[in-house]
Amino acid sequence: MKVVAGKLANGAAYLQVAPLALVFAIFFVLPIGLVVVVSFFDYQTYDILIPDFTFQNYIDVFTQSVTYQTYWITVRFCLTVWAITFVLGFTIAYYLTFHVRTLTMQIVLFLLCTIPFWTSIVIRMISWIPLLGRNGVVNSALINLGIVPEPLEWLLYSEFAVIIGYVHLYTLFMIVPIFNSMMRIDKSLLEAAEDAGASGWQTVWLVVLPLCKPGIAIGSIFVIAMVMGDFVTVNVLGGGQIASVGKAIATELSYLQFPPAAANAMVLLGVVVLLIMLLMRFADVRREL
Amino acid sequence: MQRGARPKSFYVLTAVFVLFVLFLYGPMSTVILLAFQGPDGGLTFPMHDVSLHWFRDIFQPQAIGDIWGSFSRSISLGLIVMALTVLIAFPAGLAFRRPFRGSGVIFYIVVASLIMPSIVVSLGIGSMFELLSLPRGWWSSALGAHLTWTLPFGLLIMFAVFNRFNPAYEEAARDLGASGWQTIRTVVLPIVAPSLVGVALFGFTLSYDEIARTSQSVGALNTLPLELQAMQTNVTTPVIYALGAYTTGLSLLVIAISLTLLTLLRLRQSRHGSDAGKGMV
Repeated sequence: MKVVAGKLANGAAYLQVAPLALVFAIFFVLPIGLVVVVSFFDYQTYDILIPDFTFQNYIDVFTQSVTYQTYWITVRFCLTVWAITFVLGFTIAYYLTFHVRTLTMQIVLFLLCTIPFWTSIVIRMISWIPLLGRNGVVNSALINLGIVPEPLEWLLYSEFAVIIGYVHLYTLFMIVPIFNSMMRIDKSLLEAAEDAGASGWQTVWLVVLPLCKPGIAIGSIFVIAMVMGDFVTVNVLGGGQIASVGKAIATELSYLQFPPAAANAMVLLGVVVLLIMLLMRFADVRREL
Repeated sequence: MQRGARPKSFYVLTAVFVLFVLFLYGPMSTVILLAFQGPDGGLTFPMHDVSLHWFRDIFQPQAIGDIWGSFSRSISLGLIVMALTVLIAFPAGLAFRRPFRGSGVIFYIVVASLIMPSIVVSLGIGSMFELLSLPRGWWSSALGAHLTWTLPFGLLIMFAVFNRFNPAYEEAARDLGASGWQTIRTVVLPIVAPSLVGVALFGFTLSYDEIARTSQSVGALNTLPLELQAMQTNVTTPVIYALGAYTTGLSLLVIAISLTLLTLLRLRQSRHGSDAGKGMV
Protein backbone atom coordinates (compact mmCIF):
# COMPACT_ATOMS: atom_id res chain seq x y z
CA MET A 1 0.00 0.00 0.00
CA LYS A 2 1.43 3.33 -1.02
CA VAL A 3 0.56 6.06 1.38
CA VAL A 4 0.66 9.65 0.26
CA ALA A 5 2.51 11.73 2.80
CA GLY A 6 1.03 14.93 4.07
CA LYS A 7 -2.21 15.95 5.65
CA LEU A 8 -4.74 13.45 6.90
CA ALA A 9 -7.76 12.83 4.73
CA ASN A 10 -10.95 14.80 5.33
CA GLY A 11 -14.32 13.52 6.49
CA ALA A 12 -15.21 12.21 3.03
CA ALA A 13 -12.73 9.35 3.50
CA TYR A 14 -14.65 8.04 6.51
CA LEU A 15 -17.88 8.10 4.53
CA GLN A 16 -16.21 6.29 1.64
CA VAL A 17 -14.75 3.55 3.79
CA ALA A 18 -17.80 3.17 6.06
CA PRO A 19 -19.65 0.47 4.02
CA LEU A 20 -16.51 -1.66 3.87
CA ALA A 21 -15.83 -1.23 7.58
CA LEU A 22 -19.45 -2.08 8.38
CA VAL A 23 -19.44 -5.30 6.32
CA PHE A 24 -16.24 -6.52 7.97
CA ALA A 25 -17.42 -5.52 11.44
CA ILE A 26 -20.67 -7.48 11.10
CA PHE A 27 -19.57 -10.46 9.02
CA PHE A 28 -15.95 -10.90 10.04
CA VAL A 29 -14.84 -9.30 13.33
CA LEU A 30 -18.04 -10.12 15.22
CA PRO A 31 -18.31 -13.75 14.00
CA ILE A 32 -14.63 -14.46 14.68
CA GLY A 33 -15.04 -12.94 18.14
CA LEU A 34 -18.05 -15.20 18.62
CA VAL A 35 -16.04 -18.27 17.66
CA VAL A 36 -13.63 -17.36 20.46
CA VAL A 37 -16.52 -16.96 22.92
CA VAL A 38 -18.36 -20.10 21.77
CA SER A 39 -15.19 -22.17 22.11
CA PHE A 40 -15.64 -21.79 25.91
CA PHE A 41 -19.36 -22.71 25.80
CA ASP A 42 -20.95 -25.94 26.95
CA TYR A 43 -23.31 -27.99 24.78
CA GLN A 44 -25.85 -30.80 24.91
CA THR A 45 -27.72 -32.79 22.32
CA TYR A 46 -30.81 -30.59 22.25
CA ASP A 47 -29.28 -27.37 23.49
CA ILE A 48 -26.42 -26.65 21.15
CA LEU A 49 -25.13 -23.44 22.73
CA ILE A 50 -25.06 -23.15 26.52
CA PRO A 51 -23.27 -19.99 27.71
CA ASP A 52 -20.47 -21.01 30.04
CA PHE A 53 -16.77 -20.52 30.63
CA THR A 54 -15.21 -23.94 30.43
CA PHE A 55 -11.90 -25.13 29.07
CA GLN A 56 -13.43 -28.56 28.49
CA ASN A 57 -13.58 -28.12 24.69
CA TYR A 58 -9.89 -27.28 24.53
CA ILE A 59 -9.02 -30.11 26.92
CA ASP A 60 -10.98 -32.45 24.63
CA VAL A 61 -9.15 -31.19 21.57
CA PHE A 62 -5.73 -31.69 23.11
CA THR A 63 -6.40 -35.05 24.79
CA GLN A 64 -7.98 -36.88 21.87
CA SER A 65 -5.50 -38.84 19.80
CA VAL A 66 -7.66 -38.20 16.73
CA THR A 67 -6.71 -34.51 16.96
CA TYR A 68 -3.03 -35.30 16.52
CA GLN A 69 -3.82 -37.63 13.62
CA THR A 70 -5.89 -34.98 11.81
CA TYR A 71 -3.26 -32.28 12.39
CA TRP A 72 -0.48 -34.57 11.28
CA ILE A 73 -2.28 -35.45 8.05
CA THR A 74 -3.26 -31.81 7.42
CA VAL A 75 0.26 -30.48 7.99
CA ARG A 76 1.60 -33.26 5.78
CA PHE A 77 -0.84 -32.27 3.00
CA CYS A 78 0.09 -28.65 3.52
CA LEU A 79 3.86 -29.13 3.25
CA THR A 80 3.65 -31.56 0.33
CA VAL A 81 1.31 -29.32 -1.63
CA TRP A 82 3.35 -26.24 -0.74
CA ALA A 83 6.56 -27.85 -2.00
CA ILE A 84 4.97 -29.06 -5.25
CA THR A 85 3.11 -25.83 -6.03
CA PHE A 86 6.20 -23.76 -5.19
CA VAL A 87 8.54 -25.69 -7.49
CA LEU A 88 5.91 -25.86 -10.23
CA GLY A 89 4.78 -22.25 -9.82
CA PHE A 90 8.34 -20.93 -9.77
CA THR A 91 9.27 -22.97 -12.85
CA ILE A 92 6.21 -21.86 -14.84
CA ALA A 93 6.65 -18.21 -13.84
CA TYR A 94 10.36 -18.40 -14.72
CA TYR A 95 9.53 -19.87 -18.12
CA LEU A 96 6.92 -17.20 -18.86
CA THR A 97 9.17 -14.34 -17.71
CA PHE A 98 12.58 -15.24 -19.06
CA HIS A 99 12.05 -17.71 -21.88
CA VAL A 100 8.96 -16.32 -23.62
CA ARG A 101 10.21 -13.42 -25.66
CA THR A 102 7.19 -11.28 -26.57
CA LEU A 103 4.72 -9.66 -24.20
CA THR A 104 1.78 -10.84 -26.32
CA MET A 105 2.92 -14.44 -26.06
CA GLN A 106 3.45 -14.02 -22.31
CA ILE A 107 -0.12 -12.75 -21.90
CA VAL A 108 -1.56 -15.51 -24.10
CA LEU A 109 0.25 -18.30 -22.22
CA PHE A 110 -0.62 -16.72 -18.86
CA LEU A 111 -4.32 -16.58 -19.80
CA LEU A 112 -4.08 -20.23 -20.88
CA CYS A 113 -3.11 -21.05 -17.28
CA THR A 114 -5.93 -18.97 -15.77
CA ILE A 115 -8.92 -20.13 -17.85
CA PRO A 116 -9.50 -23.36 -15.86
CA PHE A 117 -9.63 -21.16 -12.74
CA TRP A 118 -12.96 -19.79 -13.96
CA THR A 119 -14.72 -23.14 -14.06
CA SER A 120 -16.47 -24.51 -11.00
CA ILE A 121 -14.14 -25.83 -8.29
CA VAL A 122 -16.41 -28.78 -7.50
CA ILE A 123 -16.59 -29.76 -11.17
CA ARG A 124 -12.79 -29.55 -11.36
CA MET A 125 -12.54 -31.96 -8.43
CA ILE A 126 -15.17 -34.32 -9.78
CA SER A 127 -13.38 -34.36 -13.13
CA TRP A 128 -10.54 -36.40 -11.58
CA ILE A 129 -12.91 -39.28 -10.83
CA PRO A 130 -13.21 -40.71 -14.38
CA LEU A 131 -9.45 -40.35 -14.76
CA LEU A 132 -8.27 -41.92 -11.49
CA GLY A 133 -11.13 -44.31 -10.72
CA ARG A 134 -10.85 -48.10 -10.59
CA ASN A 135 -11.99 -48.37 -14.21
CA GLY A 136 -10.69 -44.92 -15.07
CA VAL A 137 -8.47 -43.73 -17.88
CA VAL A 138 -5.17 -44.06 -16.00
CA ASN A 139 -5.84 -47.58 -14.76
CA SER A 140 -7.07 -48.77 -18.19
CA ALA A 141 -3.98 -47.32 -19.84
CA LEU A 142 -1.63 -48.93 -17.30
CA ILE A 143 -3.29 -52.34 -17.70
CA ASN A 144 -3.36 -52.16 -21.49
CA LEU A 145 0.32 -51.25 -21.52
CA GLY A 146 1.02 -54.22 -19.30
CA ILE A 147 2.60 -52.08 -16.57
CA VAL A 148 0.31 -53.33 -13.79
CA PRO A 149 -1.67 -56.60 -13.71
CA GLU A 150 -4.72 -55.17 -11.95
CA PRO A 151 -6.17 -51.69 -11.27
CA LEU A 152 -4.30 -49.56 -8.73
CA GLU A 153 -6.56 -48.86 -5.75
CA TRP A 154 -4.64 -45.92 -4.35
CA LEU A 155 -5.23 -43.58 -7.29
CA LEU A 156 -8.65 -42.35 -6.17
CA TYR A 157 -10.14 -41.77 -2.70
CA SER A 158 -6.67 -41.58 -1.26
CA GLU A 159 -4.10 -39.08 -0.04
CA PHE A 160 -2.62 -39.20 -3.52
CA ALA A 161 -5.90 -38.05 -5.09
CA VAL A 162 -6.32 -35.25 -2.54
CA ILE A 163 -2.81 -33.95 -3.23
CA ILE A 164 -3.38 -34.10 -7.01
CA GLY A 165 -6.62 -32.16 -6.49
CA TYR A 166 -4.90 -29.47 -4.40
CA VAL A 167 -2.05 -29.04 -6.86
CA HIS A 168 -4.57 -28.78 -9.68
CA LEU A 169 -6.60 -26.12 -7.86
CA TYR A 170 -3.91 -24.03 -6.17
CA THR A 171 -0.80 -23.90 -8.39
CA LEU A 172 -2.23 -20.80 -10.08
CA PHE A 173 -2.22 -18.98 -6.72
CA MET A 174 1.54 -19.58 -6.62
CA ILE A 175 2.16 -18.66 -10.28
CA VAL A 176 0.43 -15.26 -10.21
CA PRO A 177 2.37 -13.55 -7.37
CA ILE A 178 5.73 -15.08 -8.37
CA PHE A 179 5.15 -14.07 -12.01
CA ASN A 180 4.29 -10.56 -10.78
CA SER A 181 7.57 -10.36 -8.81
CA MET A 182 9.66 -11.77 -11.65
CA MET A 183 8.29 -9.36 -14.24
CA ARG A 184 9.69 -6.52 -12.12
CA ILE A 185 13.25 -7.89 -12.18
CA ASP A 186 15.60 -5.76 -14.26
CA LYS A 187 16.90 -8.04 -17.03
CA SER A 188 20.31 -6.36 -16.91
CA LEU A 189 20.83 -7.95 -13.47
CA LEU A 190 20.80 -11.36 -15.12
CA GLU A 191 23.30 -10.20 -17.72
CA ALA A 192 25.52 -8.82 -14.97
CA ALA A 193 25.40 -12.20 -13.19
CA GLU A 194 26.31 -13.94 -16.42
CA ASP A 195 29.15 -11.52 -17.12
CA ALA A 196 30.46 -12.07 -13.62
CA GLY A 197 30.69 -15.77 -14.42
CA ALA A 198 27.60 -17.21 -12.73
CA SER A 199 26.20 -20.44 -14.14
CA GLY A 200 22.50 -20.70 -15.05
CA TRP A 201 21.67 -22.38 -11.75
CA GLN A 202 23.67 -19.85 -9.76
CA THR A 203 21.80 -16.99 -11.43
CA VAL A 204 18.45 -18.56 -10.57
CA TRP A 205 19.49 -19.40 -7.02
CA LEU A 206 21.43 -16.23 -6.10
CA VAL A 207 19.67 -13.53 -8.18
CA VAL A 208 16.16 -14.50 -9.28
CA LEU A 209 15.04 -16.40 -6.18
CA PRO A 210 15.92 -13.70 -3.61
CA LEU A 211 14.23 -11.04 -5.75
CA CYS A 212 11.03 -13.14 -5.91
CA LYS A 213 10.77 -13.61 -2.14
CA PRO A 214 7.73 -11.35 -1.64
CA GLY A 215 5.84 -13.09 -4.46
CA ILE A 216 6.77 -16.49 -3.07
CA ALA A 217 5.59 -15.42 0.39
CA ILE A 218 2.20 -14.22 -0.89
CA GLY A 219 1.67 -17.39 -2.93
CA SER A 220 2.70 -19.56 0.02
CA ILE A 221 0.33 -17.79 2.41
CA PHE A 222 -2.56 -18.42 -0.01
CA VAL A 223 -1.73 -22.08 -0.51
CA ILE A 224 -1.17 -22.75 3.20
CA ALA A 225 -4.35 -20.97 4.29
CA MET A 226 -6.44 -22.78 1.69
CA VAL A 227 -5.05 -26.26 2.31
CA MET A 228 -5.16 -25.94 6.11
CA GLY A 229 -8.84 -24.93 6.12
CA ASP A 230 -10.07 -27.14 3.30
CA PHE A 231 -12.69 -29.82 3.73
CA VAL A 232 -14.31 -29.95 0.29
CA THR A 233 -11.40 -31.50 -1.63
CA VAL A 234 -10.85 -34.01 1.16
CA ASN A 235 -14.56 -34.86 1.00
CA VAL A 236 -14.72 -35.34 -2.77
CA LEU A 237 -11.34 -36.94 -3.47
CA GLY A 238 -10.47 -38.44 -0.08
CA GLY A 239 -13.50 -40.71 -0.03
CA GLY A 240 -14.52 -40.62 3.63
CA GLN A 241 -11.37 -42.34 4.89
CA ILE A 242 -9.21 -39.26 5.28
CA ALA A 243 -9.89 -36.70 8.00
CA SER A 244 -8.19 -33.33 7.76
CA VAL A 245 -8.72 -30.66 10.41
CA GLY A 246 -11.17 -28.78 8.19
CA LYS A 247 -13.17 -31.94 7.65
CA ALA A 248 -13.16 -32.75 11.37
CA ILE A 249 -14.61 -29.28 12.08
CA ALA A 250 -17.17 -29.67 9.29
CA THR A 251 -18.21 -33.05 10.68
CA GLU A 252 -18.64 -31.63 14.21
CA LEU A 253 -20.75 -28.86 12.71
CA SER A 254 -22.93 -31.32 10.84
CA TYR A 255 -23.76 -32.84 14.25
CA LEU A 256 -24.40 -29.28 15.51
CA GLN A 257 -21.52 -29.51 17.99
CA PHE A 258 -20.65 -25.84 17.79
CA PRO A 259 -18.46 -25.40 20.91
CA PRO A 260 -15.98 -28.24 20.16
CA ALA A 261 -15.88 -27.13 16.52
CA ALA A 262 -15.08 -23.59 17.68
CA ALA A 263 -12.27 -24.79 19.97
CA ASN A 264 -10.86 -26.85 17.13
CA ALA A 265 -11.14 -23.84 14.80
CA MET A 266 -9.19 -21.70 17.28
CA VAL A 267 -6.39 -24.25 17.43
CA LEU A 268 -6.39 -24.43 13.62
CA LEU A 269 -6.21 -20.65 13.42
CA GLY A 270 -3.24 -20.68 15.80
CA VAL A 271 -1.38 -23.19 13.63
CA VAL A 272 -2.11 -21.21 10.44
CA VAL A 273 -0.94 -17.94 12.04
CA LEU A 274 2.21 -19.68 13.26
CA LEU A 275 2.98 -21.04 9.79
CA ILE A 276 2.36 -17.64 8.19
CA MET A 277 4.48 -15.80 10.76
CA LEU A 278 7.28 -18.20 10.00
CA LEU A 279 6.96 -17.25 6.34
CA MET A 280 6.77 -13.52 6.99
CA ARG A 281 10.24 -13.71 8.50
CA PHE A 282 11.53 -14.36 5.00
CA ALA A 283 9.87 -11.46 3.20
CA ASP A 284 8.17 -8.13 3.74
CA VAL A 285 4.81 -8.75 2.09
CA ARG A 286 3.49 -5.22 2.58
CA ARG A 287 6.11 -3.82 0.22
CA GLU A 288 4.59 -5.81 -2.63
CA LEU A 289 1.14 -4.15 -2.62
CA MET B 1 17.57 -12.36 -22.82
CA GLN B 2 19.95 -12.83 -25.68
CA ARG B 3 18.56 -13.40 -29.16
CA GLY B 4 19.50 -16.29 -31.38
CA ALA B 5 19.75 -19.95 -30.47
CA ARG B 6 17.64 -21.11 -27.51
CA PRO B 7 19.53 -22.62 -24.58
CA LYS B 8 18.87 -26.25 -23.73
CA SER B 9 16.91 -25.20 -20.63
CA PHE B 10 14.33 -23.58 -22.91
CA TYR B 11 13.26 -26.95 -24.32
CA VAL B 12 13.13 -28.60 -20.91
CA LEU B 13 10.99 -25.78 -19.50
CA THR B 14 8.74 -25.76 -22.56
CA ALA B 15 8.12 -29.46 -21.97
CA VAL B 16 7.28 -28.74 -18.31
CA PHE B 17 4.88 -25.98 -19.35
CA VAL B 18 3.13 -28.17 -21.94
CA LEU B 19 2.73 -30.97 -19.38
CA PHE B 20 1.33 -28.48 -16.87
CA VAL B 21 -1.24 -27.22 -19.39
CA LEU B 22 -2.23 -30.82 -20.17
CA PHE B 23 -2.55 -31.44 -16.42
CA LEU B 24 -4.81 -28.36 -16.14
CA TYR B 25 -7.06 -29.15 -19.08
CA GLY B 26 -6.97 -32.96 -19.13
CA PRO B 27 -9.56 -33.73 -16.44
CA MET B 28 -11.95 -31.03 -17.64
CA SER B 29 -11.83 -32.28 -21.24
CA THR B 30 -12.45 -35.86 -20.08
CA VAL B 31 -15.59 -34.78 -18.26
CA ILE B 32 -16.91 -32.75 -21.18
CA LEU B 33 -16.22 -35.66 -23.54
CA LEU B 34 -17.99 -38.12 -21.20
CA ALA B 35 -21.01 -35.80 -21.04
CA PHE B 36 -21.72 -36.84 -24.63
CA GLN B 37 -22.18 -40.49 -23.59
CA GLY B 38 -25.05 -42.38 -25.17
CA PRO B 39 -28.12 -43.18 -23.02
CA ASP B 40 -26.55 -46.49 -21.92
CA GLY B 41 -23.17 -44.99 -21.10
CA GLY B 42 -21.64 -44.94 -17.64
CA LEU B 43 -19.41 -42.66 -15.62
CA THR B 44 -16.19 -43.86 -17.27
CA PHE B 45 -14.89 -44.81 -20.70
CA PRO B 46 -15.59 -46.51 -23.04
CA MET B 47 -18.11 -44.27 -24.74
CA HIS B 48 -21.34 -46.09 -25.52
CA ASP B 49 -22.43 -44.17 -28.57
CA VAL B 50 -22.42 -40.37 -28.78
CA SER B 51 -25.50 -38.36 -27.91
CA LEU B 52 -26.91 -35.26 -26.28
CA HIS B 53 -29.04 -37.47 -24.04
CA TRP B 54 -27.57 -36.24 -20.72
CA PHE B 55 -27.69 -32.61 -21.75
CA ARG B 56 -31.45 -33.04 -22.21
CA ASP B 57 -31.83 -35.26 -19.17
CA ILE B 58 -31.01 -32.35 -16.86
CA PHE B 59 -34.23 -30.65 -17.94
CA GLN B 60 -36.35 -33.68 -16.98
CA PRO B 61 -38.29 -33.06 -13.78
CA GLN B 62 -37.10 -36.34 -12.22
CA ALA B 63 -33.47 -35.26 -12.42
CA ILE B 64 -31.83 -35.57 -9.04
CA GLY B 65 -31.38 -32.74 -6.59
CA ASP B 66 -32.55 -29.17 -6.76
CA ILE B 67 -30.34 -28.13 -9.68
CA TRP B 68 -32.42 -25.29 -11.06
CA GLY B 69 -33.27 -23.83 -7.67
CA SER B 70 -29.65 -23.86 -6.56
CA PHE B 71 -28.52 -22.57 -9.94
CA SER B 72 -30.86 -19.56 -9.82
CA ARG B 73 -29.85 -18.85 -6.21
CA SER B 74 -26.17 -18.96 -7.17
CA ILE B 75 -26.72 -16.61 -10.11
CA SER B 76 -28.78 -14.15 -8.05
CA LEU B 77 -26.31 -14.24 -5.18
CA GLY B 78 -23.40 -13.83 -7.61
CA LEU B 79 -25.00 -10.76 -9.19
CA ILE B 80 -25.81 -9.15 -5.81
CA VAL B 81 -22.29 -9.85 -4.52
CA MET B 82 -20.83 -8.48 -7.76
CA ALA B 83 -22.77 -5.21 -7.48
CA LEU B 84 -22.01 -4.78 -3.77
CA THR B 85 -18.32 -5.58 -4.25
CA VAL B 86 -17.96 -2.81 -6.85
CA LEU B 87 -20.11 -0.34 -4.89
CA ILE B 88 -18.16 -0.91 -1.66
CA ALA B 89 -14.60 -1.49 -2.95
CA PHE B 90 -14.48 1.57 -5.24
CA PRO B 91 -15.21 4.24 -2.58
CA ALA B 92 -13.05 2.35 -0.08
CA GLY B 93 -10.21 2.44 -2.62
CA LEU B 94 -10.71 6.21 -2.93
CA ALA B 95 -10.57 6.60 0.86
CA PHE B 96 -7.37 4.57 1.20
CA ARG B 97 -5.41 6.92 -1.06
CA ARG B 98 -4.63 9.01 1.98
CA PRO B 99 -3.97 7.80 5.49
CA PHE B 100 -6.87 8.30 7.90
CA ARG B 101 -7.25 7.31 11.50
CA GLY B 102 -7.89 3.57 11.58
CA SER B 103 -6.80 2.91 7.99
CA GLY B 104 -4.11 0.51 9.18
CA VAL B 105 -6.52 -1.49 11.34
CA ILE B 106 -9.11 -1.79 8.56
CA PHE B 107 -6.41 -2.83 6.09
CA TYR B 108 -5.17 -5.60 8.37
CA ILE B 109 -8.71 -6.84 9.06
CA VAL B 110 -9.37 -7.05 5.31
CA VAL B 111 -6.14 -9.00 4.73
CA ALA B 112 -6.91 -11.24 7.72
CA SER B 113 -10.25 -12.08 6.13
CA LEU B 114 -8.43 -13.16 2.99
CA ILE B 115 -6.16 -15.63 4.76
CA MET B 116 -8.56 -16.79 7.49
CA PRO B 117 -9.41 -20.48 6.91
CA SER B 118 -12.87 -20.36 5.32
CA ILE B 119 -14.33 -22.94 7.67
CA VAL B 120 -13.67 -20.59 10.61
CA VAL B 121 -15.50 -17.68 8.93
CA SER B 122 -18.33 -20.01 8.01
CA LEU B 123 -18.58 -21.34 11.55
CA GLY B 124 -18.50 -17.82 12.99
CA ILE B 125 -21.31 -16.49 10.82
CA GLY B 126 -23.28 -19.69 11.38
CA SER B 127 -23.01 -19.42 15.19
CA MET B 128 -23.81 -15.70 15.10
CA PHE B 129 -27.11 -16.30 13.32
CA GLU B 130 -27.78 -19.29 15.58
CA LEU B 131 -27.18 -17.26 18.76
CA LEU B 132 -29.32 -14.36 17.57
CA SER B 133 -32.00 -16.82 16.43
CA LEU B 134 -31.95 -15.29 12.97
CA PRO B 135 -32.81 -17.51 10.02
CA ARG B 136 -29.80 -18.35 7.87
CA GLY B 137 -30.29 -17.81 4.16
CA TRP B 138 -28.40 -17.23 0.94
CA TRP B 139 -29.58 -13.60 0.86
CA SER B 140 -28.48 -12.83 4.42
CA SER B 141 -25.75 -14.89 6.13
CA ALA B 142 -24.30 -16.38 2.94
CA LEU B 143 -24.29 -12.95 1.28
CA GLY B 144 -22.19 -11.61 4.16
CA ALA B 145 -19.90 -14.63 4.03
CA HIS B 146 -19.32 -14.07 0.31
CA LEU B 147 -18.52 -10.39 0.82
CA THR B 148 -15.76 -11.28 3.33
CA TRP B 149 -14.21 -13.26 0.47
CA THR B 150 -14.76 -10.94 -2.55
CA LEU B 151 -14.11 -7.55 -0.92
CA PRO B 152 -10.43 -8.19 -0.03
CA PHE B 153 -9.76 -9.02 -3.68
CA GLY B 154 -11.75 -5.97 -4.79
CA LEU B 155 -9.89 -3.66 -2.41
CA LEU B 156 -6.45 -4.99 -3.40
CA ILE B 157 -7.31 -4.44 -7.07
CA MET B 158 -8.37 -0.86 -6.24
CA PHE B 159 -5.02 -0.33 -4.45
CA ALA B 160 -3.17 -1.50 -7.55
CA VAL B 161 -5.32 0.81 -9.72
CA PHE B 162 -4.87 3.93 -7.61
CA ASN B 163 -1.13 3.30 -7.20
CA ARG B 164 -0.87 3.82 -10.95
CA PHE B 165 -3.43 6.64 -11.12
CA ASN B 166 -2.06 10.05 -12.05
CA PRO B 167 -3.49 12.59 -9.57
CA ALA B 168 -2.83 15.41 -12.08
CA TYR B 169 -6.17 14.64 -13.78
CA GLU B 170 -8.05 15.29 -10.58
CA GLU B 171 -6.06 18.44 -9.82
CA ALA B 172 -6.82 19.72 -13.31
CA ALA B 173 -10.52 19.05 -12.78
CA ARG B 174 -10.45 20.85 -9.44
CA ASP B 175 -8.57 23.81 -10.95
CA LEU B 176 -11.31 24.06 -13.55
CA GLY B 177 -13.85 24.37 -10.74
CA ALA B 178 -15.29 20.84 -10.53
CA SER B 179 -16.75 19.81 -7.19
CA GLY B 180 -15.47 16.69 -5.44
CA TRP B 181 -18.43 14.65 -6.65
CA GLN B 182 -18.11 16.00 -10.22
CA THR B 183 -14.41 15.10 -10.24
CA ILE B 184 -15.14 11.53 -9.24
CA ARG B 185 -18.08 11.09 -11.61
CA THR B 186 -16.65 12.73 -14.73
CA VAL B 187 -12.88 12.21 -14.33
CA VAL B 188 -11.96 9.36 -11.97
CA LEU B 189 -14.81 6.98 -12.74
CA PRO B 190 -14.38 6.91 -16.56
CA ILE B 191 -10.64 6.35 -16.18
CA VAL B 192 -10.93 3.44 -13.75
CA ALA B 193 -14.06 1.94 -15.38
CA PRO B 194 -12.18 -0.96 -17.04
CA SER B 195 -10.69 -1.95 -13.68
CA LEU B 196 -14.14 -1.85 -12.11
CA VAL B 197 -15.26 -4.37 -14.72
CA GLY B 198 -12.37 -6.50 -13.48
CA VAL B 199 -13.51 -6.12 -9.86
CA ALA B 200 -17.06 -7.07 -10.91
CA LEU B 201 -15.81 -10.13 -12.78
CA PHE B 202 -13.79 -11.23 -9.74
CA GLY B 203 -16.78 -10.60 -7.47
CA PHE B 204 -19.13 -12.69 -9.56
CA THR B 205 -16.84 -15.67 -10.18
CA LEU B 206 -15.54 -15.85 -6.62
CA SER B 207 -19.11 -15.82 -5.33
CA TYR B 208 -20.53 -18.19 -7.95
CA ASP B 209 -17.83 -20.71 -7.07
CA GLU B 210 -17.67 -20.21 -3.29
CA ILE B 211 -18.32 -23.30 -1.21
CA ALA B 212 -16.36 -23.34 2.08
CA ARG B 213 -17.64 -20.04 3.50
CA THR B 214 -21.13 -20.79 2.24
CA SER B 215 -21.38 -24.25 3.78
CA GLN B 216 -22.40 -23.26 7.34
CA SER B 217 -23.99 -19.95 6.47
CA VAL B 218 -26.39 -20.81 3.66
CA GLY B 219 -29.18 -22.42 5.68
CA ALA B 220 -31.58 -24.94 4.22
CA LEU B 221 -31.43 -23.97 0.55
CA ASN B 222 -28.13 -24.78 -1.18
CA THR B 223 -26.17 -22.82 -3.73
CA LEU B 224 -25.03 -24.66 -6.87
CA PRO B 225 -21.51 -25.70 -5.69
CA LEU B 226 -22.94 -27.16 -2.47
CA GLU B 227 -25.67 -28.94 -4.42
CA LEU B 228 -23.04 -30.35 -6.79
CA GLN B 229 -20.92 -31.53 -3.87
CA ALA B 230 -23.95 -33.26 -2.36
CA MET B 231 -24.93 -34.75 -5.73
CA GLN B 232 -21.56 -36.25 -6.61
CA THR B 233 -21.86 -38.83 -3.84
CA ASN B 234 -25.16 -40.29 -5.06
CA VAL B 235 -25.37 -39.61 -8.78
CA THR B 236 -24.36 -42.56 -10.91
CA THR B 237 -25.10 -41.25 -14.41
CA PRO B 238 -23.21 -38.84 -16.70
CA VAL B 239 -25.90 -36.22 -16.01
CA ILE B 240 -23.44 -34.64 -13.55
CA TYR B 241 -20.86 -34.31 -16.36
CA ALA B 242 -23.44 -32.59 -18.55
CA LEU B 243 -24.04 -30.20 -15.68
CA GLY B 244 -20.29 -29.62 -15.47
CA ALA B 245 -20.19 -28.87 -19.18
CA TYR B 246 -23.04 -26.38 -18.81
CA THR B 247 -21.47 -24.53 -15.87
CA THR B 248 -18.09 -24.41 -17.64
CA GLY B 249 -19.82 -22.97 -20.70
CA LEU B 250 -21.52 -20.38 -18.50
CA SER B 251 -18.21 -19.34 -16.90
CA LEU B 252 -16.61 -18.93 -20.31
CA LEU B 253 -19.64 -16.88 -21.41
CA VAL B 254 -19.19 -14.56 -18.41
CA ILE B 255 -15.50 -14.04 -19.29
CA ALA B 256 -16.39 -13.40 -22.95
CA ILE B 257 -19.03 -10.82 -21.98
CA SER B 258 -16.61 -9.07 -19.60
CA LEU B 259 -13.80 -8.97 -22.15
CA THR B 260 -16.19 -7.54 -24.76
CA LEU B 261 -17.31 -4.92 -22.26
CA LEU B 262 -13.68 -4.04 -21.53
CA THR B 263 -12.85 -3.72 -25.21
CA LEU B 264 -15.89 -1.47 -25.74
CA LEU B 265 -14.83 0.74 -22.81
CA ARG B 266 -11.31 1.00 -24.23
CA LEU B 267 -12.67 1.88 -27.69
CA ARG B 268 -14.93 4.52 -26.19
CA GLN B 269 -11.98 6.04 -24.36
CA SER B 270 -9.79 6.15 -27.45
CA ARG B 271 -12.66 7.57 -29.56
CA HIS B 272 -12.93 10.45 -27.13
CA GLY B 273 -9.33 11.26 -27.95
CA SER B 274 -8.07 10.72 -24.42
CA ASP B 275 -5.10 8.59 -23.54
CA ALA B 276 -6.40 8.20 -20.03
CA GLY B 277 -6.45 4.70 -18.73
CA LYS B 278 -3.94 3.40 -21.24
CA GLY B 279 -1.64 0.90 -19.69
CA MET B 280 -4.01 0.39 -16.81
CA VAL B 281 -5.49 -2.99 -16.23
